[in-house]
Amino acid sequence: MSEVVKKFMYLNRKAPYGTIYAWESLEVVLVGAAFDQDVSVMFVDDGVYQLTKAQDTKEIGMKNFSPTYRTLGDYEIKKVYVDRDSLAARGLTQDDLVAIAWEDMETEEEVDNIVEVIDSARVSALMNESAAIFSF
Amino acid sequence: MSILHTVNKSPFERNSLESCLKFATPGASVLLFEDGIYAALSGTRIEPQVAAALDQITIHVLGPDLRARGFSPERLIAGISVVDYAGFVDLAAEHDVVQAWL
Repeated sequence: MSEVVKKFMYLNRKAPYGTIYAWESLEVVLVGAAFDQDVSVMFVDDGVYQLTKAQDTKEIGMKNFSPTYRTLGDYEIKKVYVDRDSLAARGLTQDDLVAIAWEDMETEEEVDNIVEVIDSARVSALMNESAAIFSF
Repeated sequence: MSILHTVNKSPFERNSLESCLKFATPGASVLLFEDGIYAALSGTRIEPQVAAALDQITIHVLGPDLRARGFSPERLIAGISVVDYAGFVDLAAEHDVVQAWL
């Protein structure tokens, strides 16, 4: 396998459950995590709804995949970003979103929550740094 | 003729709700379900349009879709009521026509 580490961004713009995009993206993120690249997971527009707390799908007959986001840290993903403007347009704040913990098994470095709310200029900058953007 | 309008798309991604509110006439009912429930939440960019529509029409939201997406009734715009699946059926039966804004 190549030793070159590339910056991959997964760009999520769809709400969960209404379409299959959110679930498909999460599956690809988890599969891609095995390839030891520099991964960031970005949530903009309706994609921010994927991270809402307290999702309870038992009455709609669909799998609740929101707990899986909280495991992203276990897949050595440390960069999860949310666009601030997208949250504000939807009346949401970071308090409405799940927290994703991260821990380095070797150094025991811990981060309580890797979900970072960032402004649009930073979103653009991170896109510009990416070698590939996977859009969902 | 009384019409039940249904909207199942996010108001931030499609113009389904916008068209629905444009063409719904006084006395009509709107049911928000699936990704349409996001239009019922308070504090959003589109809350003013939804709140204004409530003067003329009744708006309902499907509880199971609201809960699936992580929201409780306390987050709704005042005046919007929650219905369950049986309530959805009742609404359809009470109106002459169901118009789905896909």
